[in-house]
Amino acid sequence: MGSSSSYAIASRTTSGRMATFHFELLDLPPEAEALRAEVREFLRETLAGHAAHRRARSWGGFDREFSRKVGARGWIGMMWPKTYGGHERSALDRYVVLEEMLAAGAPVSAHWIADRQSGPLLLRFGTEAQRERFLPRIARGELAFAIGMSEPDSGSDLASIRTRAEKVSRGYKVNGTKVWTSNAHLSDYMIALFRTQVVPDKKHEGLSQFLVDTRSPGITIRPIVDLSGAHHFNEVVFQDAFVPDDMRVGEEGAGWKQVTTELAFERSGPERYLSSIQLLIETIREVGKEPGERAAVTIGRLVSHLVTLRQMSLSVAGMLQAGQNPNLEAAVVKDVGTSFEQEIPETIHALLGAEPRLHSGSPFERTLAYLMENAPSFSLRGGTREVLRGIIARGLGLR
Amino acid sequence: MNELRTILSDTVTRLFSERVTQEVRESAEKGVWPAALWQQVEENGLTLTPVPEARGGGGGSWQDAHVVVSAAGRFAVPLPLPETMLGGWLLASVGLDAPTGPLTVAPVHDDDRLEITRQGAGWHLRGTATRVPWGRAAQHVVVVAGGWVALVATGGAVVEPDVNLALEPRDTLRWERTPVVAAAPAEALSGDSVRLYGALARSAQMAGGLEYLLAQTVQYVSERKQFGRAIGSFQAIQHQLALLAGHAAAAGSAAASAFRAADRGDPSFEIAVAKVRTGEAAGLGAGIAHQCHGAIGFTYEHSLHFVTRRLWSWRAEFGAESRWAAEIGRDVARRGAEGLWPYVTER
Repeated sequence: MGSSSSYAIASRTTSGRMATFHFELLDLPPEAEALRAEVREFLRETLAGHAAHRRARSWGGFDREFSRKVGARGWIGMMWPKTYGGHERSALDRYVVLEEMLAAGAPVSAHWIADRQSGPLLLRFGTEAQRERFLPRIARGELAFAIGMSEPDSGSDLASIRTRAEKVSRGYKVNGTKVWTSNAHLSDYMIALFRTQVVPDKKHEGLSQFLVDTRSPGITIRPIVDLSGAHHFNEVVFQDAFVPDDMRVGEEGAGWKQVTTELAFERSGPERYLSSIQLLIETIREVGKEPGERAAVTIGRLVSHLVTLRQMSLSVAGMLQAGQNPNLEAAVVKDVGTSFEQEIPETIHALLGAEPRLHSGSPFERTLAYLMENAPSFSLRGGTREVLRGIIARGLGLR
Repeated sequence: MNELRTILSDTVTRLFSERVTQEVRESAEKGVWPAALWQQVEENGLTLTPVPEARGGGGGSWQDAHVVVSAAGRFAVPLPLPETMLGGWLLASVGLDAPTGPLTVAPVHDDDRLEITRQGAGWHLRGTATRVPWGRAAQHVVVVAGGWVALVATGGAVVEPDVNLALEPRDTLRWERTPVVAAAPAEALSGDSVRLYGALARSAQMAGGLEYLLAQTVQYVSERKQFGRAIGSFQAIQHQLALLAGHAAAAGSAAASAFRAADRGDPSFEIAVAKVRTGEAAGLGAGIAHQCHGAIGFTYEHSLHFVTRRLWSWRAEFGAESRWAAEIGRDVARRGAEGLWPYVTER
């Protein structure tokens, strides 16, 4: 299995519930390292001339042409069956591709959601027809997917969503509003959670998932501009929008179980600690080859955190590869990782005190500006820190 | 874990849970040498795990030793157990046998001046070693100085007792011109090796201590009731525990990674990372544990302080976080910005 050493932390509450935490160190196999060299070469060519502050956008950069190139190399849908256009490669191979992409600040956004969760969702819960229709095109980097979950009145409390999908002839009639849907304005499809049945006092029941063609009639997409002036988020309004029966994903009423599975896919990747790496790289460039004591200590400390987080993240990947369910471990890595990502702009500010400059500064100043503004989102997206810590507490046996 | 590690783990857990009691720890803090406990530990073959059998050891790897050293931290064992392993390993590295009985190592501080000089067929040791762990209790000290590794009996030293925050002995030992028991050329070892492998040991000890803090704190907040419910049911407390879990997990991962690197050779980067990461986690974790335990955790009678005072001490031994971080930072800066990611992924 490749792991040589492990440690487990066990705690037992008075109710006798045992909560164990288990991280096994992972050695990446030689094939994965060979793949790393290929990916680096590809990125060197395709990202030549990409400025640091552009790379700092990390997986926020949306570039269909880039995604098509990645697809052509066989690096989307890597673990999926070949019958659906996948490549039947291991979780560890995929992990290497992802971490190289993120470390280089590659603009992976156009295929990121589809690869990470939409595709796996269809594999797990979709119909054969859906799999055949969508997966090969996702794997080729031709399809961009968005996620429709949050609503204006339903963020952390996702089960309280109200967008209604009412059964009509040959499909469903949808009314309601989704919010924070990143790149809905650029995507081809959205996998959305709707309420197909109102079950009094049982908000987790009566939810279903749907594949929505965002260009259908009755769907209006309005931009939500973030504080940096960027347009990623959207409000998506459904007014008597029609979704056909064959675009329902999974059983009616099975939406909650499916969505929690989907959210778990999100939690396990290297993007949960690499968002600010361009700033660390630019800081090293900024302080030069012989930094003073303060700079050396600061960089050394950040590198210690980075290296440790990578080991923890690799552990989770290894456990997933081995068919385990490291939910607690993944949540811990995400919490520690997002705190680390957010800390970097603050720590660099404390060290150098440089003015963050959006438009005309050096690569360092522009990267600092971009990440400083965007850092608050790191502990909000994909589930807030508060919810995450509740999940960890549950894993420890406290809830 | 492999079979040897499973056996070691079961043995240390059983032995330490049964034998390292409040009384043993309190009496050790009063200066009583826990002779019976040392004997138990030696009889169970737990003192020289990473030393080859031919040199009197357990014939295990550093990753096997990790199980024992981590447990020594988790149970706040008042013995020079990691120091004995370290001393034995240093001796074995230069072809010397490890003696029985408690060992310790020197020099601990850069400023210590120790001289080992040839004297006829043997060697003499002269100089002062400060902050020597368990100096007064160890039967022998392993000294690395001037291109030699020497084994010297503590009986020949003038001992000035001192302690760390956990009241573990950290004595000054002074030698005039004391004959050593055995010596060999240090080869690749130096005073830096003592600091490096000392940091390795302390990293695992701290990670073990954090494991204890997490388990103990989860248990406490589950049992302690206020306002009609367990305090662990309050979100504020749950979030502190989630943070503590993160510190414990990061420390454990960093220490494990360092021991794996020690087995592969060339572990200086991983040990530096571990010492930084575990040291930082130790301070933050101790703070959370005390906060969640409330006033009772601040008493001498409660067992929490046996671990927290060790964490506050150990993080500053064999180089504090800032010192090791500076070394990593200078190394990384020399490699340049584009060198960072390749370096991280190479290890």
